[in-house]
Parts: sequence; C-alpha cells; structure tokens
Amino acid sequence: MCLGIPGRIVAIADETRKLALIEISGVTREVNVACVAPQDEPLAKLVGSWALIHVGFAMSLIDEEEAAKTLALLIELGEAQAEIEAMRASAGEVVAS
Amino acid sequence: MNAHLRPPRRLSATHVTLAHGGGGKAMRDLVEDVFVAAFANPGMGEMEDQARLTNAALTVPGARLAFTTDAFVVDPIEFPGGDIGKIAVCGTVNDLVVGGAAPLWLSAAFIIEEGVDVALLRRIAASMRAAADEAGVAIVTGDTKVVGRGSADKIFIATSGIGVIAPDRDLRASAVRPGDVAIVNGPLGDHGAAIMIARGDMNLSTKIVSDCRPLGALMEATLAAAPGLRAARDATRGGVASALNEIAAASGVGIEIHEAVLPLRAEARGVCEILGLDPLYLANEGTLVAFVPECEAAAAVAAMRATDAGRSAVAIGKAVVAHPGVVVMNTMLGGRRIVDMLVGDQLPRIC
Amino acid sequence: MKYVDEFRDPVAARGVLAAIARTVDAIGAIKEKPIHIMEICGGHTHAIFRYGLDKLTPPGLEFIHGPGCPVCVLPMPRVDEAVEIAERNGVIFTTFGDAMRVPGTKKSLLQAKADGADIRMVYSPLDALDLARRNPNRDIVFFGLGFETTTPSTALSIQQAAVEGLSNFSVFCNHITVPPPIKALLDDPFMILDGFVGPGHVSMVIGTHPYDFIARDYGKPIVVAGFEPLDLLQSVLMVLTQISEGRAEVENQYARIVPEHGNPISIAACNDVYEPRDSFEWRGLGEIDKSGLKIREKYAAFDAERKFNIGYAIASRALAEPDGCRCGDVMTGRIKPRACPKFGRDCTPEAPLGTLMVSSEGACAAYYQYGGAQLGDVA
Repeated sequence: MCLGIPGRIVAIADETRKLALIEISGVTREVNVACVAPQDEPLAKLVGSWALIHVGFAMSLIDEEEAAKTLALLIELGEAQAEIEAMRASAGEVVAS
Repeated sequence: MNAHLRPPRRLSATHVTLAHGGGGKAMRDLVEDVFVAAFANPGMGEMEDQARLTNAALTVPGARLAFTTDAFVVDPIEFPGGDIGKIAVCGTVNDLVVGGAAPLWLSAAFIIEEGVDVALLRRIAASMRAAADEAGVAIVTGDTKVVGRGSADKIFIATSGIGVIAPDRDLRASAVRPGDVAIVNGPLGDHGAAIMIARGDMNLSTKIVSDCRPLGALMEATLAAAPGLRAARDATRGGVASALNEIAAASGVGIEIHEAVLPLRAEARGVCEILGLDPLYLANEGTLVAFVPECEAAAAVAAMRATDAGRSAVAIGKAVVAHPGVVVMNTMLGGRRIVDMLVGDQLPRIC
Repeated sequence: MKYVDEFRDPVAARGVLAAIARTVDAIGAIKEKPIHIMEICGGHTHAIFRYGLDKLTPPGLEFIHGPGCPVCVLPMPRVDEAVEIAERNGVIFTTFGDAMRVPGTKKSLLQAKADGADIRMVYSPLDALDLARRNPNRDIVFFGLGFETTTPSTALSIQQAAVEGLSNFSVFCNHITVPPPIKALLDDPFMILDGFVGPGHVSMVIGTHPYDFIARDYGKPIVVAGFEPLDLLQSVLMVLTQISEGRAEVENQYARIVPEHGNPISIAACNDVYEPRDSFEWRGLGEIDKSGLKIREKYAAFDAERKFNIGYAIASRALAEPDGCRCGDVMTGRIKPRACPKFGRDCTPEAPLGTLMVSSEGACAAYYQYGGAQLGDVA
C-alpha cells in the first residue's frame, strides 16, 4: 500500500484517457494522471510538475513549498547536531593535548 | 576427398523444423551453415566427434586444468546489451577467469524449439563468435538438438569451458581473511534491470543495457597489480549479495559493506525504486567481487580502472572477524542491517 | 533522485536521532519500560529494517509492527479463490508481484503458475486493462489488493473498463481500509500503545481526518509519515514530542504529499465503485466490521466474484491458522517475531508457515532478512 516514488511529468500521452509520461531517474512510464489533473484546464499544465507515482497512477502532486519547509527543519536539526559533535571533538582534542 | 575441402553447406530454410535435429542432411546444413561458419577456428580441426587440443601452458608442471559447465535459459533471448549467446560465452569464460585461469576452449550445445527463426540463430551465433574473440577463446565443439513446439523456450544453450591455471596461482574463497578488501568492478544490477525492462511486463522504458562482457583482461590486470588477490566471484544470479554470502560461508569471515559507496547507475536505481527491488540481489553478467589483501587494494582498484570492464571499480567493504559467515551492510543512514542470501526470486512489491 | 535523496541525508539523520534520544530521556523511558510506537504500515516496517533504524533509536523506544501489510493479512481462502479463478479456462490472472508467494490451503499463485495457470505479474491495473484490450477472447482478471493507497487505481481502472465496454475485464476485489483495524487494536485491552506513525500514502488519498478518532477518543498521538528514513525519524520525533508535552493530536509530517482532505478525485472514484462489506476476514486478526470493500452492483459486470460465482457469499470461512502460527499476535504487536516458537525453525522465507514470513513487508520476513534469525543481535 505504500510503495510510491516521486516522478516528474514530462509529456502528455493521451488527453482523453488522462495518460502522461513520467520520468524517474532515467526510467519512463505512461501513468494515469486523473487524480492530479487540473480542473477545467488542459492536461498540458501538468508538464514539469512532480507527483507521487504508485502502481502506474499519479496520486498526488508534490507541494514544493511544503517539501522545502520539511527539509529546512531536518537540515537545521542536522546542522545543530553536527555543531555539537564538532564541539565535543575539539573539546576532546583540548583535553587530550 | 578431404572433408575440409568440399564446399560448405548452405541452409536455405527460414525456420527450424524437427528435421534439423534428425541427424541427417538438414541437421548437417544447419550445423555447418549457422554454427560452424560462425565459430570457425583451428580447434575444430576436421570436425570429428571430438575436438583434439593441445596447449603448452597445460604441460607446465604444477599447472591445473580449469573446467566449468553452465546452462543458459534467459528470457527474452535478445535484450539491450546482448543475447543468450553472448551470455553463454561470457558466463562460461568468467567462471574460468575468476579462478585465475586463462580461458581456452568452449563447447556449446543447443536445444532449439521447433519453429525458431533461423535468422535469430544466426544472430546468436555471430554474437557468440564476437564474444569469443573478445575473450580470446575458441568454441571448438558443440551439439544441436531440436525439440517439439512448447518443449523449450525458443533456445537453451549448455556450455562447458576449459582453461589453464598457472602453477603460481591459487585463488580460493576459503583463503579470504579478516582485513581483506572487497572490490567490485562496476555498477550493480545493470543486467537484472535490463532483463526486467526487456520482458515488458512492467511497461517501463529506459536506456539501461546489460553489463554482459568477458572479464579475463580485467582479472589479468588485477592479478598483475595485486598478486595476493585471494578470490573472485562472478556476481550472476542472486547478485553481489549472493557472491558475498558464498565467500563468507566458504571462508568463515564476516563481511561488512557500505551502502554509500555501492556503484549504481541512475536508471538501475530508478527501476529498483519503482519496483521495490534491492540492487544487491539483481543479476550481473560482467561484474565480479574480488577480495584482495588490504595493502594491495589501492593497486587493484587502479588496475581495474585502467581496463574497459573496470572503469567504475570501487572498494565496497572488507572481511572482518566479527559475525563470521554473515554479511552486514552499513546503511547510508548510519544504521546496520544483514544482507542475507535470496530465497526465491525477488518480486516487485506494492508496499 | 529529487525528493528522495534529500530525505536520506545522513547528517540530518544524526540530528533527528539526537533529538529523539533527548526526548526519550526527557520522558524517562528506558529499555525495561519503553515507549511503544506502532508503525501501522508494512512499508514503514520495511524501511525501519532496511535502514537499520531500530538499531539507531534508543532502547527506550520500541517499535510495534502493525497490521498494515495487505499481502500479509490476505486470508488463505481468498488465495484459494484467486487460484481457482486463475485455473479457469481462458483466464489471464494478473497480480502484483508480492501476492504471488502467499500460500493458500493448497498452493500459492506462484505454484499455480508452475502448474500451468496463466498468471502474469503486472506493475499496474492499467497493464491489465491493456491485456484485456489486446486479448478480446480471454478473460482478464486483476487481483485488486491493497489499502486506500491502491483502491483508487483499481476503481479508476474499473471506471475506464466501463467507459470502453471492456467486458472481458474484471477485478477480484480484496481491498481493505486502515481505520477499522486501528480501532480494533485500540479496543484490545492487551495492547499497550503510546502513539502511532501513520500511513503516509493511504493518507494522500483519505487525508488526515479519518484518524481524528485516535486522538479524540483514545488520547493517542498519531503523526502521518512519509517513507524515506528522515520522514520516519522526524515523525517518531513528533510523536515523542507530543507524548512529552502531554498532547494527543493528529499531525502531518508528510505535508508535501498528503493534503489535509485527501484527494477528491480518488475519493469520488472509490465511492462510485465500491461499498463496504459488512465484515471481512483479516488473516491473524479475524473478522473486522466494515473493513473490506466490494464492487457495487453498478459495476457488477466487472466483479470477478459475480462473474466466476466465487467468494464471500459462497465459500465457507473460518479456517484455522496452521498449527503454532502466531502471525496474528505478531501483527497486532503482542509479540515480536523472535518470540514466535516457529520463527527461524519451522517458519522461514524458504518454507513459510504464515504470511508474515512470505511477504517482504511482513515483520517476520523483515526481521529474518535484515536482522538475521539465528544470530541474535549481531548487527
């Protein structure tokens, strides 16, 4: 129920059947974009967007802003910890020397 | 009249029939026009029931004959980067060279399904010839059978290979000891990924091609730079994970590898991420794992990188004292997990 | 790979792990009296073991592996029915890969394939539709399996088949939903659970509000989580933070993909195509009310159960688990795989007794494969 992977929509394949071509790390496949199709707008608007792909369907568009926010929090935690570890390491050196 | 002076047989049929396996004229035409014509080499001699061969290296005191056998049933028969014939030659040669042998001669037996396109056979034969030339071996004897429709999946190839191991070489998995460094010569899983794509069930497209190639030149270059090389294994079915587990079991060492350094092409990675496959278990046909003493590791990697088959060679881990017989991976996140042998085939997941 | 690699960054991981350790300390949890967090989804179980997260998190935190593996909870009689359909003349039976190894009472789909049934692995129901178009003289049956992540794709495929009049296409529907088993677990007096890591991809379809009852009625925190290791770790941190602050809320760590109200098109397609079964059997858990989906009368022509006269109304249920199989207890987090007497002995991936060893998301298979069965805590 879970294996989904972000893919980039690179072209529209079939407007009626709502099929688009997506690309993931050099691998391409036709997927159904009904779940993410813009209302009252041509499918072509999707080209360039990123979506979560699961069993041949684009299930949800990736919100780039939210992704950036989540990432920023994670990076912050990572940098803070890296600083702590660096301080400990240099404190260790001071003690040793 | 001498047999080798009469004009060679021409096969006019476009498709293989049971008659072509019957031992009569039809079979003779098939064998001569498709296989003998493609493989032609002095080792075939006068086309007796057996090849008669000599090689000076075999007579050196302490030299050993290396002898291997293999069968090939790959589906699809032709795929990006090769075909069943190329795998047959490379696979057999690689089984010899990973033991430090100089490969010499191959046999090839073909079991062909009734109805197969003769043009396909010609392509396979040509492919085998090209691979044999690249590997520096000759296909000196063979056999052909035709079976009824449905009794074989187009074509099966069974081979055996003979090589010679020089007296000063003794590569064996059991010789691997803690501290030895594990090296692979190239990206993992290209063949497995290429085959999965080529089967078409998943409807994925990508540029990836099989890594199918002979590794003799690579092994010789590596042994020259790292004569203390303990063992090498061809990472075919079951992937690098299986090769590592076999070595760990044979030698009783533990093995630790690092996920962050495993070489993987972007497309192979994409296939694995989409289908939920682990690249450590994907088949390779031109990738080996070698264990060398730590002091020779840098030289071994450099030597590999100077060859065509080893441009992306990299050290991926080492043998350790801890957890004997078990292969452990340090994940890219800093965690650890065991890399066990595969049970059945890897199946794509939805979870 | 964009949106993937960033969420596997080891430096950030160390940061989150340190924060997790601090929070577990602050709560005062230790190995002997740990915090129990259930990851509901099989994909999360798999990720935990694949990246070795269970060894990186402090001993005061214990993961309880939940029942969110649709392959694992497939009852054996359903597999038998799948095999029966597959063995009918003229049928091409299409299925996701991991379902092929689940044993029925007699055989698995993989074994049925070896015995000659035309069973084909597909990545998507769209590929099954395609087979139906290209093989008008055959009956193409798709094995519809999975939680809400996968129910829309099957529903949309059925709708497409209806539009095209593909009368040779049908679905053997085994779709199930996540909230009912969670409620069943929370109602179980023996369960000790302090919080949940929620299924991110189910939620991209149904949104976050279906989990409100967990916080509101049971006072437990739940954080909807993505599947990259950093997503998991951050979600765990968020659950722990709630616990340390005495809160019980539904939070969304996977906001880049999970909208609060889910996906309206998916939800509409599912409502159009399915209705809930009164009850559905979950292997190891028994019958759970309103947890399974069946195809509505409107789309009866595409319902393999009606087409082949097989399934829920017809077959008799109540099959006992194999002797000694404790899948149910492991799946509900009562015991760890190693505590099952069959684990690693009579039940191995080569010869599985229960589904938790068959599917690669099953807790037992994950423990066995990544944790090493006979070796204790070597890694």
